[in-house]
Amino acid sequence: MNLGLGNLFWVVLQRDLLVAMRRWSDICNPVIFFVLVVALFPLALNPRAEFLRALAPGVLWIAALLAALLSLNQLFRADIEDGTMEQLLTLPYPLGLVILAKTLAHWLVTGLPVVVVAPLLAITYHLPADAIGILLLSLLIGTPTLSLLGSIGAALTAGLRQSGVLLALMVGPLMLPVLMLGARATDIALSGDDPTGPLYLLGALLALALSLAPPAAAMAIRISAD
Amino acid sequence: MWTWFFQLASPPHFYRMAGSLVPWLLWPALLLIVIGSWGGLVQAPADYQQGDGYRIIYVHVPSSYLSMMVYVTMAVAAGIGLIWRIKLAHAVAASCAPIGATFTAAALVTGMLWGKPMWGTYWQWEPRLTSELILLFLYFGYMSLRSAFNDLNQSDRASAVLALAGVVNVPIIHFSVLWWAGLHQGPSISKIDAPSIAFDMLWPLLVMILGFTLFFLGVLAMRVRGEVLEREFHSRWAQDVLRGASPMEAG
Repeated sequence: MNLGLGNLFWVVLQRDLLVAMRRWSDICNPVIFFVLVVALFPLALNPRAEFLRALAPGVLWIAALLAALLSLNQLFRADIEDGTMEQLLTLPYPLGLVILAKTLAHWLVTGLPVVVVAPLLAITYHLPADAIGILLLSLLIGTPTLSLLGSIGAALTAGLRQSGVLLALMVGPLMLPVLMLGARATDIALSGDDPTGPLYLLGALLALALSLAPPAAAMAIRISAD
Repeated sequence: MWTWFFQLASPPHFYRMAGSLVPWLLWPALLLIVIGSWGGLVQAPADYQQGDGYRIIYVHVPSSYLSMMVYVTMAVAAGIGLIWRIKLAHAVAASCAPIGATFTAAALVTGMLWGKPMWGTYWQWEPRLTSELILLFLYFGYMSLRSAFNDLNQSDRASAVLALAGVVNVPIIHFSVLWWAGLHQGPSISKIDAPSIAFDMLWPLLVMILGFTLFFLGVLAMRVRGEVLEREFHSRWAQDVLRGASPMEAG
């Protein structure tokens, strides 16, 4: 069978989405976790409206980062365990493309729901509408970068039996610039200033991660599958 | 030139050569650090704004400089190991990590000690300290990934990918921390790049940086020797060395 590169991308993407749909809890858990973390702060700190409003950009971004970190563990694990990855390794196509399709599928399943739910939670934090728009935009640009960075870590630890905390420890520091830019962009919008600067920088990070992370993750997956 | 390079990559040869190099690195390092400490603590005048408090830069600046330099060294060694599959390069990368983490911790602690008299608090979310803290996490991540694998070859290559991903990220982290800190406070008191630092204050600093660098190279040589010996534990030359024969005869 002769497959074009674009076709290969679609085939892998569709397959991964299908597998994800059959295991519904994998889709729900990161979002539920996200909501839980966001709900912790008013309970632990102070439910006053102006206090929560100041807190909202940071809390929502931290929760999104934690949800991304926790969901990464499953990115390549099942494929390594059931041998799918070995089949993909033998394909006469660039492995980075396969990794990119898998990462995109993973983001669609775990990252996108978080982005969709975030505005609802922002309302409970009394965030004004225009800041919610910027929050949504920053998450939309930022969370794919988190997934791409995470794909390197997930590929490195895919062969290990226990990797949850290790993965978070490895990838967490790499994700910090995204967190700083995303939370700050929302914060700037909240104080009524123009947040285009950090949003552009977030976009630059996404472009960088999009071009560098898949080859790195491909190299890592070859090492893990050894 | 290449034969020299490949000879260097042979473990017994390296073990022998590094062993004879160590005193040539560590004694000059000690000498330079003693001279630099004297210059910095005794000879240099007190700063007109910071008094004697600034003198901690003679430890802080070399440590923070090396904390970054060691990470780059580690990533370069890891890259060489990954591309040309040279095991010695992986041994160098593995040995760099604990040393670099120690320098990072030293830079953090001295930075905090400097902060107490200057800011009135041990910790400020100031860009340099924050960058050092994140760098420390990067070292920790690298070391815990290394220790997670049972297979040495796999551990070498996987950690090399992480070191390379990290070194691409270091400047990004650095500049985003600068940007982030710039939003919250005015420019912090700059302790390194003061526009015109008096020569009396500058030369001990340069001597200390050189001394610390030699110290790093000496400790690195010692660590890599140990690492090589451990990796080659079952080979004949390593057994000979461990039995007390000089590696010269064993080779």
